[in-house]
Amino acid sequence: MEQMVNVYLYGKRYSVPASATIMEAMEYAGYTLVRGCGCRNGFCGACATLYRIAGNRELHACLACSTKVEDNMYVATLPFFPLVKAVYDMEKIKPSQQIMMQLYPEIYACVGCNACTKACTQSLNVMQYIAYAQRGEYEKCAEESFDCVMCGVCSSRCPAGISHPQVAMLARRLNGKYLAPICKHLDERVEEIKEGKYEELLKELMAQSPEELRRLYNTREIEA
Amino acid sequence: MYSDPNMEASARLVAAAREENAKRNPPRMTAEEKEQLLKTYHPDYREEEFEFLQAGPNKGEKVPKELAALLQGRSRIDPKDIDLSQPDYDTDVLVIGGGGAGASAAIEADQAGAKVLVVTKLRMGDANTMMAEGGIQAADKPNDSPAQHFLDAYGGGHFAAQKDLLAKLVTDAPEAIQWLSSLGVEFDKAPDGTMITTHGGGTSRKRMHAAKDYSGAEIMRTLRDEVINRGITVVDFTAAIELILDDQGRCAGAVLMNMETRELKIARAKTVILATGGAGRLHYQGFPTSNHYGATADGLVLGYRAGAKLLYPDTLQYHPTGAAFPAQIFGALVTEKVRSVGAMLINAKGEAFMNPLETRDVSAAAIIRECSDRGNGVKTPAGYAVWLDTPMIELKHGEGTIEKRIPAMMRMFGKYGIDIRKEPILVYPTLHYQNGGLKITVDGQSTVENLFVAGEAVGGIHGRNRLMGNSLLDIIVFGRNAGQQAAAKAKDVTCGALSLEHVNKFHHMLEEAAVDTGKVSPRLLPTYNSLGKEF
Repeated sequence: MEQMVNVYLYGKRYSVPASATIMEAMEYAGYTLVRGCGCRNGFCGACATLYRIAGNRELHACLACSTKVEDNMYVATLPFFPLVKAVYDMEKIKPSQQIMMQLYPEIYACVGCNACTKACTQSLNVMQYIAYAQRGEYEKCAEESFDCVMCGVCSSRCPAGISHPQVAMLARRLNGKYLAPICKHLDERVEEIKEGKYEELLKELMAQSPEELRRLYNTREIEA
Repeated sequence: MYSDPNMEASARLVAAAREENAKRNPPRMTAEEKEQLLKTYHPDYREEEFEFLQAGPNKGEKVPKELAALLQGRSRIDPKDIDLSQPDYDTDVLVIGGGGAGASAAIEADQAGAKVLVVTKLRMGDANTMMAEGGIQAADKPNDSPAQHFLDAYGGGHFAAQKDLLAKLVTDAPEAIQWLSSLGVEFDKAPDGTMITTHGGGTSRKRMHAAKDYSGAEIMRTLRDEVINRGITVVDFTAAIELILDDQGRCAGAVLMNMETRELKIARAKTVILATGGAGRLHYQGFPTSNHYGATADGLVLGYRAGAKLLYPDTLQYHPTGAAFPAQIFGALVTEKVRSVGAMLINAKGEAFMNPLETRDVSAAAIIRECSDRGNGVKTPAGYAVWLDTPMIELKHGEGTIEKRIPAMMRMFGKYGIDIRKEPILVYPTLHYQNGGLKITVDGQSTVENLFVAGEAVGGIHGRNRLMGNSLLDIIVFGRNAGQQAAAKAKDVTCGALSLEHVNKFHHMLEEAAVDTGKVSPRLLPTYNSLGKEF
């Protein structure tokens, strides 16, 4: 007999298997999820969820797809949160400190309460990456925020109204486009291909008989 | 420390043999060995799991049973109830699907000046792209070439790929990486800008580019951001449930359904791009899946009913390393990159039973053999599994490698108390990718005029097995291509009168063939609620 626990989905009690994730518990209870369900594996941020355990005042945030239920868990999902997304043209903006001031000025109103970090479903140091963004240190902001799934829980807890995931998104794009070292071998290869340098080789290969293609494949040298 | 004594005892054998195993490089199988292995153990060869289609463009060909039921299912609508005279949306290019292929297509069509409408049944970015972990291939290193990339993919796909599509894939690959970089995607690079690249199963050169083990998520969130920045119209939580043709039989729009209110809307478009992704959530043969919640083969159903031909719909990819334990992540993807950076596959006795970088179909079949006839699997609550010896990575490359190179994997198992730096993990094949799909020509068009297809919904680019890192590549190359081609084509199109007559015809064809699968399709969402209520 499977061990069961009581969970309260939006306040209503259901008895569900103790091994279930919160998402599985909802389905066990009979829900067909449309919102609040995405990759089901911790990558997409669709299933941000808040919960408390009865008798404990602490509010927890998690992803429903990758958090096990607990006895007497009170659950509310947050399938959408109205983040502020500034619109910009990547070709025109530059990785200067000013750009954050223009696009996301509210980050400078951070009061340092650290509620964002405490709430992060990915255990990221959110307040720290916002600090990097404030200073225009986009490479550090990008690295610190890299595992962000943009679930929005941080922003739901922020007294300054910051949309942390969108700030980090901008920082990562600035870093990827403008600050990361340029890849010379890539640019050269693209040029060579445009000049048709590899066309002949490929055409020759494609024209080989099936037997010859098999032989070439089965005897090809594999880089150590 | 595994609490199950049997698993823990086996994990100790793995630890004891680790240093010796790490020194070994098990030989690759010969072509004959591989062929025999696949025939005996690969799920694609279980004849009883397939069915021959009795109606439609691929009549007489075999597909998985679960797919046959949907391809030969009935429409969610009765055409006589639908008023096509007042379209709710009128656009140049309609993109169905908000994953990597759909987003790339939308960006390029917008770039070409077309009016673009994206519809997606969940949120923009809810797609298998988001879950791709390991990387993206491109032959951009001095020892590599598009021809070498072609040879790897063509052979790995059992010499069945459409050569012209594969040639485009490998030739446009470096430019795809350059395009993503220009959008701000962060690839792993050395301080001098050299791409940090690794092997994938079946590659002969190290050409796997990555963004840690969030490669797909990094690409998807960037593309989504770009779609929003461009002001492209995105209608989310809205599924296409039927394609619309015009009086000349050309694709000219879709019937849309709001996933929450079930309200129907009509979109008229000069050209349509199907970018609906894969089918993992159909759980072929009862396999778990690494796929997104929405991966239910909708595009195949829509296209098929409108008369588009499928290619290789009978070939699926089972990723060799799905998580087999704990239950909460059963079937979740353990990226191939774990093996690229040095972990080996080890059986219950602690033996490295195969070269860890064989192609996916071969690796999956070898694991199934180990867990069945050879009796060398580790017993788990859900069945049998083999070890993926993750601590070996740091034994080979030093402490800190796991956190730097595969942080998502560390996090995924860490949530359940398994530290992959110290303990090996249990894996078993999981349904991962639809190798087949709708047949296209090199311009991205299906056998129905003005119906373009991109991404996992396409069949033929990879033949009968896809290499790691060629799917992220294909959604970018063929997504962009479809966007460009559909936008160009739209310039010369004036839609004729809209029609759903093909749906009536299809229903009639089913009746003639006396097929009644009892299903309506497209499926849209899997049935996971305990009440068994279908969406």
